[in-house]
Amino acid sequence: MTINPSGWRPASPSDAKGDRPATTTGNRALMLEEPLLFEIGSRDQTGVDFDELAPSRQSGRGRAAGGSEGEGVSPFPTRPPPLASGESTPPAPAGGAKIASLLRTSLDLPGLSEPETVRHYTRLSRQNYAIDLGLFPLGSCTMKHNPRLNEKLARLPGFADIHPLQPRETVQGALDLINQLAFWLIDLTGMHGVAMSPKAGAHGELCGLLCIRAALEARGDAREVVLVPESAHGTNPATAAFCGYRVENIPATSAGRVDLEALKVRLGPDVAAVMITNPNTCGLFEPDMKGISDAVHAAGGFVYCDGANFNAIVGKVRPGDLGVDAMHINLHKTFSTPHGGGGPGSGPVVLSEALSPYGPLPYTARTKDGVVHLVEEEQAEDFSRIHFGGAVKSFGRMVAFHGQMGMFTRALSYILSHGADGLRQVAEDAVLNANYILRQLEDVLDAPFAHSGPCMHEAIFSDKDFGGGLSTIDLAKALIDEGFHPMTMYFPLVVHGAMLVEPTETESRATLDQFIVAMRSIAERARSGDESLKAAPVFAPRRRLDETLAARKPILAFKTPAPDGADSGAGAEFGGR
Amino acid sequence: MTLYFTKDHEWIRVEGDTATVGISDHAQAALGDIVFAEVPEAGRALTKGGEAAVVESVKAASDVYAPASGEVIEGNAALVDDPALVNREPEGGGWFFSMRLSDPTELDGMMDEGAYREWCKTL
Repeated sequence: MTINPSGWRPASPSDAKGDRPATTTGNRALMLEEPLLFEIGSRDQTGVDFDELAPSRQSGRGRAAGGSEGEGVSPFPTRPPPLASGESTPPAPAGGAKIASLLRTSLDLPGLSEPETVRHYTRLSRQNYAIDLGLFPLGSCTMKHNPRLNEKLARLPGFADIHPLQPRETVQGALDLINQLAFWLIDLTGMHGVAMSPKAGAHGELCGLLCIRAALEARGDAREVVLVPESAHGTNPATAAFCGYRVENIPATSAGRVDLEALKVRLGPDVAAVMITNPNTCGLFEPDMKGISDAVHAAGGFVYCDGANFNAIVGKVRPGDLGVDAMHINLHKTFSTPHGGGGPGSGPVVLSEALSPYGPLPYTARTKDGVVHLVEEEQAEDFSRIHFGGAVKSFGRMVAFHGQMGMFTRALSYILSHGADGLRQVAEDAVLNANYILRQLEDVLDAPFAHSGPCMHEAIFSDKDFGGGLSTIDLAKALIDEGFHPMTMYFPLVVHGAMLVEPTETESRATLDQFIVAMRSIAERARSGDESLKAAPVFAPRRRLDETLAARKPILAFKTPAPDGADSGAGAEFGGR
Repeated sequence: MTLYFTKDHEWIRVEGDTATVGISDHAQAALGDIVFAEVPEAGRALTKGGEAAVVESVKAASDVYAPASGEVIEGNAALVDDPALVNREPEGGGWFFSMRLSDPTELDGMMDEGAYREWCKTL
């Protein structure tokens, strides 16, 4: 069997003592305990007002659904009760019977009054942590401030209120925006083309590898292997395998970089592509990137770059100059659009000249008359013949429509409001902040690559000197008590007990200093083997969770307890009651 | 009776042409709490180095490889109900399967217990 070397070893919490609420209610001052909806709701109340249905919508039977007036009326938005047997069924439109057979007469959902509903969700939201509350030092996942200017512009009715199926002449502004953003992404990366439709990073990887596969198959040389560094994001090998390639690892040097000589030895006519993250997941720049690209190209392969860490080099380095053939850009990272529960991702893929013809449909293109076209399958052949002088080579389509419009608006707003100098400063400040953290902590935490020079946008530490059987998870849980979201833990796998900290450029010196004070204090406790760390978090809404029990006996649906109180067996029922 | 270990952390206890296979104490410690184990059915043909069983911890799912070729005599049914047995008795009651060896010479050159424990210290 293979063993994941990260040192991550989740287990049941060893010490559950002191877990009893100190108050009668279980509330702790402002931290209010909130039961599940199923536990507090009932079926005889609702806080929702329903409009009367227009008569023409009632199909000539029943009465207006909803409202709480009258005996026996379901408080839920339901269709009218089924007709009693013997009554004649009114004529239904074609297909109506089939739909009716699928409709349920009532939804067994809990009902709450309006104030109860408002409180339920407000209380839950207060148990959450967010970028709008404090530092979110997740490495490998740039979590930075989402400027409110982006939000303001995304809410302009001309962008916010449009529909993807609207006639194109009515959405020229939106298409123009997509095209402008595409232009700037190409310019910032020094590439030749861009596929705007992929919905997030891993989707972008898939798009890039499908382009590579299409290009290789077009030249009759499909190839079988994709090489991936040991420190890669897990999505890289997963994407390669999904595209039907065999994945092989590239070893790293002691400085945490790709071993160029080992790579050159492995390259050959079976290698379709190399997937590299630059800066890599240890927060280090790959100085041999151009040499890697040249070697891969000489062997007839393509270079995919994982652009998840583009935040560290935006405005400073153009991946196109480093020989990259395809790279996804996480708009929700580098270009500050909300993510992690706050909004969808968006992962446009910039492409080299060799790969651009194979990019997906649809795409936007501005013609000399100033019109921005949205080129879909129906127009693709004509458009390609007229404007590119040949047949369509696109590998096909990945999404129903043309990408994450709301994210495009925000990203372009971010790019234009920062300008060239502003974007350069984004990268510089992100790197400066990460190096500040690295140097402020390297005397209390093992920093395996600190000797190799400055890091990029993230600093990596290990649990090497922890005492008393303590591990990274104990430090991370203690960080929750100190009021911070933990950093990325146990990744990349090449560093034992890895702690990957990415402060981003949007944190102030004061915030970083407070984080450093907290980290130093916890690190000292971990080194001295302070057993109390194993009980952390103590102040969070929930104590340490039992990951083993959750895996061995998962409870995936709420069951109403049986009359005897049992939560399983014949008496217990799914859902609320 | 002879005990051998692989570099993939399986152990194989051999008696004549039959053997019992499991994962080492080092392996269970690295995996953490085991939450699921899938053992092969009797009669299944195994190839040395090929997938033979599955072990899943909270952290990861891993394949257990056959240390030698042969035919499965019995999978350890106790692991299905109580996968934590692998954590408690990795090199005893937490065995995965027994097998009939098709080529005992495949075992030549494998690590004995002393060599394996020393090697683990270097990991």
